[in-house]
Amino acid sequence: MAADPLFELLLRMGDNTLILAQRLSQWCGHGPTLEEDIALANIALDLTGHTQLWLGLAGEVEGAGRDADGLAFHRDVWDFRNTLLVEQPNGDFGQTIMRQYLFDAWHVLQLEALRESSNPQVAEIAEKAIKEVSYHQERSSETVIGLGDGTEESHARMQAALDLLLPYVGEFFANDAVDEIMKEAGIAPLPDSLRSAFDEQITPVMQAATLTVPDTDFAHSGGKSGRQHSEHLGHILPQMQWLQRAYPDASW
Amino acid sequence: MQAGSTITLGDRSLSLEQIWQRLDEVPDPEIPAISLVDLGIIRDVRWEDGTLEVTVSPTYSGCPATSMIKLEIIKALTELGIPRIDLKRQLSPPWTTDWISERGRKRLEDYGIAPPQPAGGPQHCPHCRAEELERISQFGSTPCKAQWRCKTCLEPFDYFKCI
Ligand SMILES: [Zn+2]
Repeated sequence: MAADPLFELLLRMGDNTLILAQRLSQWCGHGPTLEEDIALANIALDLTGHTQLWLGLAGEVEGAGRDADGLAFHRDVWDFRNTLLVEQPNGDFGQTIMRQYLFDAWHVLQLEALRESSNPQVAEIAEKAIKEVSYHQERSSETVIGLGDGTEESHARMQAALDLLLPYVGEFFANDAVDEIMKEAGIAPLPDSLRSAFDEQITPVMQAATLTVPDTDFAHSGGKSGRQHSEHLGHILPQMQWLQRAYPDASW
Repeated sequence: MQAGSTITLGDRSLSLEQIWQRLDEVPDPEIPAISLVDLGIIRDVRWEDGTLEVTVSPTYSGCPATSMIKLEIIKALTELGIPRIDLKRQLSPPWTTDWISERGRKRLEDYGIAPPQPAGGPQHCPHCRAEELERISQFGSTPCKAQWRCKTCLEPFDYFKCI
């Protein structure tokens, strides 16, 4: 393995929050109601704040002079370590909310575990972020229930979103060499150790939402290792990075 | 020149108490009704080898006011004649709305923002004090607020979320 595993872990955390924040901010001005528009923008803002903390620490750990902005704006697709779920298109509002809930449910568990990290800087970022992320999950789960158990139309759209997105969930819980080293060092949990708590979190919500969780073990992968992102990330990055690509390190 | 909590700058002396007083006059950029001290984000002020160290805890991680707050602190302290200022960020323990002062809570309410409550929702309408309320949205105009409405006077209002 070429890179420092701690650096990899921090990129995985920061790239997940960065890319999801970028996706959510694409809703700004297009939300179905003003309140939903504001909510998505606020969640994007919280996640951007977490990105600054995770990627800021990644830059410190790397020690090559890159800060959070340097990492966010001056890397290309193959250097990103976000899961495939967060780079998936927004789709309709229901699909965005389903993606958000699935992410939040993992995110809360991951941060709860990282609060106990042997690395104090990791622990304090997790302790800070979890307050906001718990609030995200509260809202996304309520909205999944509201839309799933809503009209025939909203129910059908939520079921379609769940069928589409569930195969992207497995990647969050698949262990690899980086995870093994992080677990050994007491820095982060093994991803698969969070799976049963995740299922316990989503099962009652999907039931209340009258949605059927597809019975499949199939899991897309390649995002968190950087081996194979979906084509979508290649479209997100130029939109996010064009200014820094055209005018490197511009400030105003 | 430094003696305990007081430092001599030119022909005058400046106590830590005076510094806290000055910081207490710096309004929060997004909710100017309350000061940075009321908000509870100034965690510590101390002299360290002639440099004033100010420890600040961020409210919400992505709050865009954070960099503005830093600028406002430096501006206020520079105006007091303090030559060297070091702002330290403290993430842990994370900022909580419990750190908002009693006076801050009162000022929020007078300004029309319901102060945070452990129950997770406002106690009463900041306009008419009625207790029949409904939530409009879990989020609001800034990261720290949610939108509620009073069922008696029908006015919408901001609620400072409890974290
Ligand atoms: Zn009222």
